Amino acid sequence: MSATKRFDLRYFIRAGLLAGIVPLYTSVIGMVEVFNKREVVKGMLTLGEMLVIFPSLVVGYLVALKWRREGKNPFLALVGALIAGFVASLPTVLLILVNDRIPLRDMFVNVNPALMEILLVGQEQMAQGAFILMSVLAVSGLLGAVVSFIPYRFRRPLVIALVVVILSGLLSEFIKQVLQQFIERGALKQIVQGKSLTTKAAAAIFVVTYLTTLFWDVKGQAIRTRYNAMPASRKKQAGRLWKTMFGIFLLILPWVLGPYLSEVIDNVGLYIIMGLGLNIAVGWAGLLDLGYVTNFAVGAYIAGVLTSTGPLGLGARLGTDPLGFWIIIPISILAAMFTGFVLALPVLRMRGDYLAIATLGFGEIIRLLALSDWLKPYIGGAQGILFIPKPELPALAEILNLADRAPALIEIAKGDSLLAGLMNLILYGQFSGPQELYYIIFVGALFVLFVATRLNNSRTGRQWMAMREDEDAASSVGINTTTAKVLAFTVSAASGGMAGAIFASKVGTIFPNSFNLLVSINVLSLIIIGGMGSIPGIVVGSLALIGLPELLREFAEFRLLLYGALLVVMMLVRPEGLWPSPVIRREMAADEEEPPPDMGEMQTSQPMRPLSEASD
Amino acid sequence: MTDNILVAEKVVKRFGGLVAVDHLDYELPRGSICSIIGPNGAGKTTFFNCLTGFYSIDEGHVHFENYSLEGLEPFQVTRLGIARTFQNIRLFSNMTAIENIMVGQEPHLHSNWIGAIVGSPGTRHEEKLVEEEARRLLRFVGLRGKGDMLAKNLPYGDQRRLEIARALASKPKLLLLDEPTAGMNPAETLQTTNFIRRLRDELGITILLIEHDMKVVMGISEKVTVLDYGKKLAEGTPEEIQNDPRVIEAYLGRGAAQLMAEAA
Amino acid sequence: MKARLYRLNWVDVVLNALRIVIIVAVIVGAFNTITSGKYTTDQWISLVMSGLAQGSIYALIALGYTLVYGILLMINFAHGEVFMSGAYTAYFLAIYTAKKGWLDSHPFLTILSWMALAAVVSMVVAVLLERIAYRPLRGAPRLVPLITAIGASFFLQYTFKGFYGSAFRTYPEVPALKGTINIGGAEIPIVQIIVFIAAVVLMVGLYWVVEKSKRGKAMRAVSENKEVARLMGIDIDKVIVFTFVLGGALAGAAGVINGLYRPQGVNFFMGFFPGIKAFTAAVLGGIGNVPGAFLGGLLLGVIESLGPNLVLDGLGIPAANQLKDVIAFTMLVLVLIFRPQGILGERLAEKRA
Repeated sequence: MSATKRFDLRYFIRAGLLAGIVPLYTSVIGMVEVFNKREVVKGMLTLGEMLVIFPSLVVGYLVALKWRREGKNPFLALVGALIAGFVASLPTVLLILVNDRIPLRDMFVNVNPALMEILLVGQEQMAQGAFILMSVLAVSGLLGAVVSFIPYRFRRPLVIALVVVILSGLLSEFIKQVLQQFIERGALKQIVQGKSLTTKAAAAIFVVTYLTTLFWDVKGQAIRTRYNAMPASRKKQAGRLWKTMFGIFLLILPWVLGPYLSEVIDNVGLYIIMGLGLNIAVGWAGLLDLGYVTNFAVGAYIAGVLTSTGPLGLGARLGTDPLGFWIIIPISILAAMFTGFVLALPVLRMRGDYLAIATLGFGEIIRLLALSDWLKPYIGGAQGILFIPKPELPALAEILNLADRAPALIEIAKGDSLLAGLMNLILYGQFSGPQELYYIIFVGALFVLFVATRLNNSRTGRQWMAMREDEDAASSVGINTTTAKVLAFTVSAASGGMAGAIFASKVGTIFPNSFNLLVSINVLSLIIIGGMGSIPGIVVGSLALIGLPELLREFAEFRLLLYGALLVVMMLVRPEGLWPSPVIRREMAADEEEPPPDMGEMQTSQPMRPLSEASD
Repeated sequence: MTDNILVAEKVVKRFGGLVAVDHLDYELPRGSICSIIGPNGAGKTTFFNCLTGFYSIDEGHVHFENYSLEGLEPFQVTRLGIARTFQNIRLFSNMTAIENIMVGQEPHLHSNWIGAIVGSPGTRHEEKLVEEEARRLLRFVGLRGKGDMLAKNLPYGDQRRLEIARALASKPKLLLLDEPTAGMNPAETLQTTNFIRRLRDELGITILLIEHDMKVVMGISEKVTVLDYGKKLAEGTPEEIQNDPRVIEAYLGRGAAQLMAEAA
Repeated sequence: MKARLYRLNWVDVVLNALRIVIIVAVIVGAFNTITSGKYTTDQWISLVMSGLAQGSIYALIALGYTLVYGILLMINFAHGEVFMSGAYTAYFLAIYTAKKGWLDSHPFLTILSWMALAAVVSMVVAVLLERIAYRPLRGAPRLVPLITAIGASFFLQYTFKGFYGSAFRTYPEVPALKGTINIGGAEIPIVQIIVFIAAVVLMVGLYWVVEKSKRGKAMRAVSENKEVARLMGIDIDKVIVFTFVLGGALAGAAGVINGLYRPQGVNFFMGFFPGIKAFTAAVLGGIGNVPGAFLGGLLLGVIESLGPNLVLDGLGIPAANQLKDVIAFTMLVLVLIFRPQGILGERLAEKRA
């Protein structure tokens, strides 16, 4: 009994040191300094400060929770958390001290005076600054522990509310862009200033989220029961209503978002199209393809050469008009499918990891060939292909002479409403900017989604899955694995070609370096992080991996770093992805039955559980 | 002359210097239940793999009905009407039980991916039939109501049965079972034995099994073949095999054989 | 043995057609180049020598892939970054020692100290990689550690970008390694000879460790059969860590040797191409096979160096030297297609049923 009450100093120190790696690491790689420019809440908290303080807060919370769960003295939990928080500051303090003696900047470029100023909290005197840093972190540890003492009912909303505030702070740029469409500048300034939330807005968000969560925790069950008790027809009606509303929302989305965010959404959409395609090979057929960019490049270059109005365009060469965008889409798709087919043939016999490397090789070969002088006369070498026109539809307004017949429609197009842009597009058919191109990408994604779903629920889909599960057994039930593989590669390539053609027309100029390994890695990562084989997972993955970094431009510099870390963490902690496919989810549920009684709290708090907690 | 569904002539399979199957002749009468037994490493599973196209044989011939099996891929063998199960169950573990059986009907399906995308009437009709047939087979092997469970979440005995159901889905003329009762308790073993007999009696499928459980082998086989070091050691009815001193020697060693002979 | 007719398989047809096309292209290209007399014998010799020097660097990195693959049967995709970490870190020591004049006074010892630092850094990175990213995933499906390795690769690249910045650095010039030697009429830079010798020495050392030392024997035992090795009282984890230590140290040393041979281009991204090429070398020689990795490295180096001039030039492709990397990648793909077991590797179990 006495052993369990013993104060285990080493445990707290170890936890503190582990947490202390975060501020040290993020300081040295320059994250703290870059993120410090971004205020989450105006005048209160910067993202850089969060990087330094948060680890202590979290470690304090975790050690206190664990300590108490083991039934040990609660007072000692506070002391331990204080120590852990303090220890977490030591690596950073050490960095400050060492840098004072030996300037590290010659080697570690980011250990510069600006960083030191941040870490020393703006103090001139090093001793003072370091002291403040240490006490702030120690207090954060203590604070974390205090939070862990709040009863679960109130703690959960608190944590959720804090996370929501921080997220809204991070996404304040996004909030600003959206609100700009609706409210005037003066009012906007009350909510978002520069790139951060105002204190007032932050407080409001916090309170609202807190109360909503609290309310939902109390009443949620009752509401859910009442909904379940509704007759099936009513439920169906409600479902249809939701779907219609969601559809309308998606239709007017670009005009809600504004041009800049539409650009972001367009990129997300292109990656969704590619993700759905690659998912056929990777998620369903189990063929790890690291050269998906090949298909993207083929689609883009085919579109480029056939539609460009510049000297490299087919039009200029043959003296005819270049082909139009709408013809190009099917041609690009077929070309990509052909490439997928041809490249699939030699790699059919390879095992999984060799296949990955070989496809990676294909991707690089294509890019290097596109860069070379050898093919320059045809596809422009490093200068790429220029003058790729935007898509166009016939202008309905002129054909139908709407100016006379239905001036009301023209008025809407000229007006100020959310429908104006859409109406303009319908009437004049110019896909000139990201907001208009959104519709092409949207339709493209819907089409790919439709095809993918159909295939998934078919004999072909079952063949692929069987092959993924066990190739030999698949062969033994009569599946021709050779053709199934070739088909998977071919079909999977199609959407890459489509995305490529849209991309070419969207950017207007294509260079070989737009088609590097990173595209393949991006697509693969979003599938894996979303949840392999899961269609909603692809959407979530694209939003998280392609959308978020565009919104958080400070992150751009560290985008690949975070990708890498995310891939590793995901494989270690949650290999099934953010939004697993239904089958996998069912299986996870089956694995998790019967939680131990004292873990009930942990179980219900799952969505909010920090990753590090999952391991204990 | 008996009607043999499968004939193997002087089949040889080598792995480097090791001769796993050594000039093996084998005849399997149509409509019979036959067993292959032998000590571990005797080449039984290798022989199965040679028959089903997993291994290409180095010498000899294998005929199934009127077809030569040489150079055929496993899926082609299956399409001719030979289905198999595996020693260590090999289901598609992340697919549901019903999906496993649906995949098993592969040799009889005609729809293609384009039909699936456009949703042609033929494809939809076939899908419906496939699912009905799968449910029927599921009931046949006694797994009613477990169709939507993931294969890997089924209990062991159910997995064995599902694997047989998957094999049956291809409507085979010949079914190769590799240790179908491995890891089962006596009650389950008895149930499986009866089930195997039913397959032959009701569906008319010829059955060839590899088995270690002598009770099963002796109980249902019409012919038993003993392999040792890839060669045929003995062949005959269960009674003949039981009393063959060479067999006892192969299993228990020379001393035991002598002992048995003396006792007799 | 009876002759038997195999039923024609269309995949075989495609592969054989590909094989013929490539062989014809190589022969025609080489024939055209040689008969055109565009290059002298001296030029060929110096191309081969530079190929050998470059190839020996690939070989050292390839050993890391081969060792890890031999034991864990996984492709340590992040090994190129292990190489980069050592090479980039030692650069700072190199600059420092050059500034202090130690490089002029004690060139040999100084370079040795660079190598030691690079080896240690790479070792640490490799061991951390194993501990954090790979160990928890042992026994997971094959593709999972590969994906983790890709993630780790990016993480390491951009971590070092964060540490040392994104500039391209250049190793200091080593005066002692300047000059050339005349071999068969061709002037061969001394540095190429030194690079080659250093690689051979390291290689022989590694071979000794693997074949003769107690640890090396344990390594081989684990690569044969993990379970049996465990029953024999071998600590599998320790052996695996040791493998990463060896691979890391060699990659670090290769980083410095690379800096001597090709001083410019020190950057956080410098590990990617050598990494892929070293992997090609490892597969070429037979992955899991130590002498094979060395052979594969040298072979790849020479092919890469001769290929553009010998074959592509003859085929009338302009600016053939731009396509050097294409040759390396094509080699990679071809080896994976036609001889995945490599030159010295034995055939890995063809089919498991």
